[in-house]
Amino acid sequence: MSDAPEESITRRIFVRTGIAAAGACYAAAMGYPVFQYLAAAAQKAEAESAVKEVILNDVEKLPAPSALMFKFGGHPALLIHHADKSWTALSAVCTHLGCTVEYDPHQERIACACHGGVYNPHTGGNVSGPPPKPLTLFHVVVADGKAVVSRV
Amino acid sequence: MERRWSPVFNPSNLLKAIWQWVDARLDLSPIVKHASEKQVPEHRHSSWYYWGGICLFLFVVQVLTGVLLMVYYRSGPDAYDSVREITYQIRFGWLIRSVHAWSANLMIFAVFVHMFSVFFMKAYRQPREFGWWSGLGLLGLCMVFGFSGYLLPMDELAFFATRVGLAIPETLPGMSGIISAVLRGGPEVASATLQRFFALHVVVLPALFAPLLGIHLWLVQKHGNALPPSEEAKPEAERKSVPFFPNFAMRDMAVWLIVLNVIAVLAALFPWQLDAAADPLKPAPPGIHPEWYFMSQFEALKLLGRVIPGTLGEFAGVGLFTLALLMWAAVPLFDTRTAPGQRGRNTTLFGLLVLIAVIALTVIGYIEVL
Repeated sequence: MSDAPEESITRRIFVRTGIAAAGACYAAAMGYPVFQYLAAAAQKAEAESAVKEVILNDVEKLPAPSALMFKFGGHPALLIHHADKSWTALSAVCTHLGCTVEYDPHQERIACACHGGVYNPHTGGNVSGPPPKPLTLFHVVVADGKAVVSRV
Repeated sequence: MERRWSPVFNPSNLLKAIWQWVDARLDLSPIVKHASEKQVPEHRHSSWYYWGGICLFLFVVQVLTGVLLMVYYRSGPDAYDSVREITYQIRFGWLIRSVHAWSANLMIFAVFVHMFSVFFMKAYRQPREFGWWSGLGLLGLCMVFGFSGYLLPMDELAFFATRVGLAIPETLPGMSGIISAVLRGGPEVASATLQRFFALHVVVLPALFAPLLGIHLWLVQKHGNALPPSEEAKPEAERKSVPFFPNFAMRDMAVWLIVLNVIAVLAALFPWQLDAAADPLKPAPPGIHPEWYFMSQFEALKLLGRVIPGTLGEFAGVGLFTLALLMWAAVPLFDTRTAPGQRGRNTTLFGLLVLIAVIALTVIGYIEVL
């Protein structure tokens, strides 16, 4: 070992870097399992919600105009039976801050009670209020009393 | 005009300014001064000083892993299923649970080592009596932590361990009704028992443990490390010590790192398993025995029951324990300091007797059940 100041600084830096690196390894070795453990619930829910298609039975019983709430991929969705007997399926999650919207057959619109957002019930287009985007529209086919809702 | 940076823009000056601002309001500098002046004696028996720190570290591990387990644990009728999910389905759930279980066992072991090292170093003598008593209180709480936590998975072993554990104090006159009404919540270990053990384990015990631990640690800071009699006998000039910061604190952390690695190896190589779900209609599995830290008490009761059969034996056993425990707690009162370095051989012999009895009874207990 030399007493030269330059060398001892190098040595100090080496030791410090080594300790910091070992500490980072320990932090990662503990942090990774803890993160994965905590994330397991969200991953499970995500896997369960990864659906492409939902089949709804007995939809002929749904009077026109009215709507029915159902779950599409873990989130609420709306199946609307319009006065002209046509069907629309769309996401019921408001694009503003995530409240669940409601179909209003009297005024022919979809409204969000939280901040007054209004959507078009045929297209999901954001008509007025704070929503920045239209509601996600789904593909819907009704036959033999069954509605098959799928992603567009 | 020459441009100058305001001194506050220098990071070290900024830190200093923040420190002064906080210190002016909270008056923290005496604590910092105390910490910087703190010394730890260095001698032949110094290695025992690490054990209190090991207990503290393991307690922190217990708190952190315990909180993580609570994220998925569901008490009530779902308890077994939720522990099965944690152990076999949720990613790294087995690791968190195994660390909690291993660390719990190591913590009780470390607390015992800490207690006996304090005993043999006579660190309970004046002025440290309250340190001894608060430590015994913490040990008692650790045992209740262990007993209540053991039921939470609600598997076969948990069920029978709790059944037997609650049956022992029940043999004492007048206790039967109290145990049933207060602890078991009914005539049989069931969901009602689990719910109150859960409340005990995660709310009541931590609420008692934390302030008692605070007092214990405060006393350690106040009195410093005790010197064993062999050191006390030396003239002051011959005694050696090292500063707590940074020397001893660094060593403490090195020991913690070793303990962490031990836990990691144990949890990875011997992950904690889960038995079949508790079934009150199934007979007890053969070879069932209490956890090792209850083994000596259990075995003593068993042996006494052979000499004095029936309830009288249980009564004598529990009575003997209570007496021994009281004597153990009262040690600082009868082994007082008369002259510096005085050893008090009778007390040391008493301690050795207790230590040998505990180890012997544990070994006999395991030989009998295995």
